[in-house]
Amino acid sequence: MKKVHVYVTLKRGVLDPQGKAIQKSLNSLGYEEVVEARVGKYLELQVEEGPNLMGRVKEMCDKLLANPVIEDYSFEVEEAIHS
Amino acid sequence: MKFAVVVFPGSNCDRDMYHAVKDVLGEEAELVWYENSNLSNYDGILLPGGFSYGDYLRSGAVAATSNVMEQVKEHASLGKPVLGVCNGFQVLTESGLLPGALMRNKNLSFMCHQEELVVKNNETIFTSSYSTGEIIRFPIAHGEGNYYCDEETLAELKNNNQIVFTYKNNPNGSVSDIAGIVNKQGNVLGMMPHPERAMEKLLGSDDGLKLFQSLINKVKAVV
Repeated sequence: MKKVHVYVTLKRGVLDPQGKAIQKSLNSLGYEEVVEARVGKYLELQVEEGPNLMGRVKEMCDKLLANPVIEDYSFEVEEAIHS
Repeated sequence: MKFAVVVFPGSNCDRDMYHAVKDVLGEEAELVWYENSNLSNYDGILLPGGFSYGDYLRSGAVAATSNVMEQVKEHASLGKPVLGVCNGFQVLTESGLLPGALMRNKNLSFMCHQEELVVKNNETIFTSSYSTGEIIRFPIAHGEGNYYCDEETLAELKNNNQIVFTYKNNPNGSVSDIAGIVNKQGNVLGMMPHPERAMEKLLGSDDGLKLFQSLINKVKAVV
């Protein structure tokens, strides 16, 4: 079993009103050093081992996990720790 | 004309859509559950608003991967009409039937009120009963109706006259005030405002009548 960590973020240039609101909140809490916040998603997949794991995860991202019109993604694969 | 209103888990404007075409306009219509459906015997497909799959992952993303959307794509490829409203529009962009994406409203709020729209293109099968430049009033009800596409796509939309409706006073941050677009072939319309909730004067506006009448007249003229 492998554990796949998928990170989905809004593309540069795509307005992120949530991030903007979070940045302002941080500023109002006194963290004035924060000049930008961008909100993304993190997904964790448990995947059975098989051929072409990387290629298949990339497909999953392109087809469903990220919307290529507005989002970029990256992912890491690690050995799952047995529970 | 026979309409299918596709119902996903979490659709909530399906009955409004059904009421609009069946009760107000007297056409045939059926509510079609997304599973085990057969869309081949319908003249038009209506994708209603709501929160299919609870808006999980992204609005419309999960519904877009369902089997029924393969049939909607097939239907669209035959040149038959597809109308997606609100969540239906989100499903159409997520499934690739329409370009762009619907993002969180610029002000982060869910908005529910009447908006004035401008008819930008009356040469579609959905808008032939309007005049270009006509101002109409439809309700909006969405949290993620902020239409986004890159500049290249926007130029293409403009060149092909695919922008059908724009907001007079852009409520959500959509690029170029876009409220509704058609595909290149002109038979798939997606829009955030709700024409099916603007069918009776008593309920605030009947400006949606012309949209469905345009479509029905067109389809009946062909048959």
